[in-house]
Amino acid sequence: MDLRTKALTKSIWVFHVSAGSCNNCDIEILDCFTPRFDIERFGIQLIGSVRHADAILITGAMNRKSVKRMKKIYEQAPKPCVVVAVGQCALSRHMFRFSYNVDEPLDKILPVDLYIPGCPPKPEAMISGIVKLVNKMRKRK
Amino acid sequence: MKLLFSYLIFPGFLFSAIVGLMSGWFDRKLSARLQWRVGPPWHQNFTDLIKLLGKETIVPVGAKFTFLLSPYLGLLSVVLVAGMLGTNILFPSTSFSGDLIVILYLLFMPAIALILGASASRNPLASVGASREMKLLIAYELPFILSIIAIIIKSHGSIQIGGILSEQLSFGSNIMSFSGLIAFVNALFCMQAKLGIAPFEISEAEQEIMAGVLIEYSGLPLAVFKLTKALMLYTLPLLLIVLFLGKDLSPLFIIPKFIGILIFIILVKNTNPRLRIDQALKFFWRIPLALAILAVVLALLGL
Ligand code: SF4
Repeated sequence: MDLRTKALTKSIWVFHVSAGSCNNCDIEILDCFTPRFDIERFGIQLIGSVRHADAILITGAMNRKSVKRMKKIYEQAPKPCVVVAVGQCALSRHMFRFSYNVDEPLDKILPVDLYIPGCPPKPEAMISGIVKLVNKMRKRK
Repeated sequence: MKLLFSYLIFPGFLFSAIVGLMSGWFDRKLSARLQWRVGPPWHQNFTDLIKLLGKETIVPVGAKFTFLLSPYLGLLSVVLVAGMLGTNILFPSTSFSGDLIVILYLLFMPAIALILGASASRNPLASVGASREMKLLIAYELPFILSIIAIIIKSHGSIQIGGILSEQLSFGSNIMSFSGLIAFVNALFCMQAKLGIAPFEISEAEQEIMAGVLIEYSGLPLAVFKLTKALMLYTLPLLLIVLFLGKDLSPLFIIPKFIGILIFIILVKNTNPRLRIDQALKFFWRIPLALAILAVVLALLGL
């Protein structure tokens, strides 16, 4: 494992995209930064600009309008950058599966590295997902 | 050779970068403890920098060449200030006439570099950030310079750091007088704005304009900006110590003074919400400016 991967896995800056979620997943993401879970311990930070991102967190079902923007955002992120799907909507479109404006699930649009299921997922689930992601990234290199 | 060493390694770049990054960590850790969290490990800011070096650098379409050059402009000037202050503290005889003015100008440069880089990036949010940074500069620069003028008057017109230091050695720290105390309080406010941390992180507002001036930066240039920030966090408190608390500058005294100022900055940061730009302008042009003028008048009267 080289220094670059090591530094990357110890300081993950997260950019958070809502592609039409019901806002519950987003609130649970913010919960991870509260005193109870405090994932800044592991160097994880929420940042405002996608240019600084190491991970893009996507919540919600992809409707037709947000798909275009999602692709744009992914292209704007500096690589190496991972995509994390949070919540059942982002995983499988959930109850919007037969909706007229939700065409494809997320992994047909972007290369997803990590799926965190749940409606909404618990902060514990997200932390365990992050641990799995870190292990995966370290093994890959 | 000795000059190069002093600017690049010991009181200069390397040393001040390490101290600056450590104080940045101290800021994050103390903020975390204040919020009842655990906070990042001590090497977090170093890890962030190394990670940024390994990332892709994206240059937006149509960006001017200043986009990539301006981070170095800011870094270079802060490194010069750190080197000058450090050598002045170690060997007060090396200071040259007028170096206080040079330092004031150089401390101006990081803000200019931010404005240049932001306006070169052709991003609307970055230009909002740049305009806010400019207004903030107009707001805090005058009280800051006035409070330093009060110090210059108190040290009988010396614009030399060595002169100010030797003056304080023989007559006691500047903060011990009325005018010095008022000017110090003033300079603390202005330093908060110069460092761009809450309540004055208006140009980088994460919540509304998404990192504002830095929005288009990624990879190496972003790392250079972060390093500049860290260096400023080391240089500005040091400048205040030299100007206002310069009686005893042995390591035994300078470290508690530095940490004290740092803790003050962090406490203010954690207990105040961000101001709007017009509120910041009003604040600086009312209270600190009046206080600064008062300090100058008191200094002229010899208090
Ligand atoms: S997964 Fe559930 S909580 Fe999350 S956005 Fe979809 S419906 Fe809302």
